[in-house]
Amino acid sequence: MSFVPEAGATPAARGLVTRLVKAFRAMPWSVLMAVAVLLTVAFVTIFARFILPFEFDQMDLRARLAPPLPLEGSTWIHPLGTDKLGRDVFSRLLIATQTSMLLALLGTLFGAVLGTVLGFVAAHFGKWVDEAISTLVDFQAAMPWFIIALAVLAFMGNSMIVFLFLMGLYGWERYARITRGLVLAAREEGYARAVHALGGKPATIYLRHVLPNILSPLIVQLTINFPETILFETSLSFLGLGIRPPMTSLGQMLGDGRDYMITAWWLAVVPGTVIFLTTLSMSIFGDWLRTRFDPSLQD
Amino acid sequence: MTLTYLGWKLLRAVVTMWLVVTFVFFILRLTGDPVAQLLPDDVDQVTIDYYRKLWGLDQTIFVQYWNYFLALFQGDFGVSFRDNQDALQLVLARLPKTALLGLTALGFALLFGIPFGVLAALKKNTAFDRFVMGLAVFGFSMPNFFLGILLILGFSLQLRMLPSSGSETWLHMIMPVFTLGTSFGAQVARYTRSSMIDVLNRPYMRTADAKGAETSRRLYLHALPNAAIPVVTIVGLKVGELIGSAVITENVFAWPGIGRLLTSAVAMRDLAVVQCILMMIALTMVLSNLAVDLLYGWMDPRVRVGNREGANR
Repeated sequence: MSFVPEAGATPAARGLVTRLVKAFRAMPWSVLMAVAVLLTVAFVTIFARFILPFEFDQMDLRARLAPPLPLEGSTWIHPLGTDKLGRDVFSRLLIATQTSMLLALLGTLFGAVLGTVLGFVAAHFGKWVDEAISTLVDFQAAMPWFIIALAVLAFMGNSMIVFLFLMGLYGWERYARITRGLVLAAREEGYARAVHALGGKPATIYLRHVLPNILSPLIVQLTINFPETILFETSLSFLGLGIRPPMTSLGQMLGDGRDYMITAWWLAVVPGTVIFLTTLSMSIFGDWLRTRFDPSLQD
Repeated sequence: MTLTYLGWKLLRAVVTMWLVVTFVFFILRLTGDPVAQLLPDDVDQVTIDYYRKLWGLDQTIFVQYWNYFLALFQGDFGVSFRDNQDALQLVLARLPKTALLGLTALGFALLFGIPFGVLAALKKNTAFDRFVMGLAVFGFSMPNFFLGILLILGFSLQLRMLPSSGSETWLHMIMPVFTLGTSFGAQVARYTRSSMIDVLNRPYMRTADAKGAETSRRLYLHALPNAAIPVVTIVGLKVGELIGSAVITENVFAWPGIGRLLTSAVAMRDLAVVQCILMMIALTMVLSNLAVDLLYGWMDPRVRVGNREGANR
């Protein structure tokens, strides 16, 4: 594959391509592998519906607990084996990955937007608004959120909205804290004062001038939060809360497979490995981003 | 560290506790009638009303809330719906097991995390450093429930070396402690390393070097106490996370602690017990945050009274 831009590509596009190629060249092999894993997961999340060989809940009671490929008794029809009801593990894995990633993505974005907005609000209005938001931030940080979510889910029952809400509220306080500090600092910078002096409205200054300047630490925070949100969802689903049958997620599959550890260990190991590889890749990629974005960490 | 500072922190701790109790009280009661959930479907209305009255569920939610608080101040945490036992007694009976598991795991995490973090910082950018930090990334990316299951598969089912559930002997502790402590230890190692690198670059380290202090003296007297400050903060702030992991770990290894009690109580919708456990956990978190604040002021003389930015860092 060639990275040379096609004739007719705009200069801006050519610039982007060169920068991407440069970024790839600068990556150590561990980061490259992490990016490969993340791209695969992203691909599965988008296209799971189109590549799954079976419906994820299609049962075949004659082919229950079939082993995965290299093992004796496995077939190419079910490359990762089948579960207790003869459902294809590979197909279930695709759908489970899709569900887990979409939930983690929505939850992370919800928390990021909420926290960032509240951070801006606190910094802009100051006084009692700032005091109130800062107090909320402290309380959120002091609450055992995972445990509370566990109790709420158990009592609320199988509600997707509640689950998403709980995931979204997980970790918002960190964005709020970061944004508030950064905005307070950025407002004193020359560029913000200049736009203000030129008659720019606060909303314009914040959105068009301050936000792009404070974006990198927020993105780094996003890469830290994303794997934590994945673990939040998978842990709750593992305990039988969160995502429950007939739906499936990586944590739900793992929790289900746990009952078959003696006879069918792959039912737990396959989804567990996917969770581990995803969080690991995200952490490696996040570390790399952080050292690139944050010059103070380049030691 | 004046009394005002201390009073402010205590007030915050009390308000946090009150918020957690209130939040949990209302959210758990908003989710439907516990009586209807607990009794079989075919009981008559008289029985339902009887139990409602017995548990005080026939009053408005605000009256219930008020009564709940009155009872709390008298040390009455309510009774378990399941067997009418005192909720607090049930929880306290499980506390030693959870404390044993949690504290051992914490000790394990610090015992490995701190020395390896310090060594990695001293040998910065060597193969050793990269190896330790690579291991740390693996450690904290590994979901603890998966680690627990892998350990059971390997050491219980395959090698038949360690028991997979229960808590009778010290052999039962090995896998749960490792499961709970690994991620925490990995994080401690990372924080220790970065904090240590930060300290080693400070001017006072150069001063110590210039005046001819020995390496060990520079390390133990100048670097370590200063590097410890952010690490202590992080350990205190992560106590909540550790408790969350403990619930899962106890579940995986059938460890008879508070976490197991919580998951079973939650499944039975045993309100009083769930509430009591949540309060205990919130109390533990609040107390550890308070302890960190106090330690911080004691360890770092620069923390000025009333300087909330500094104290909250």
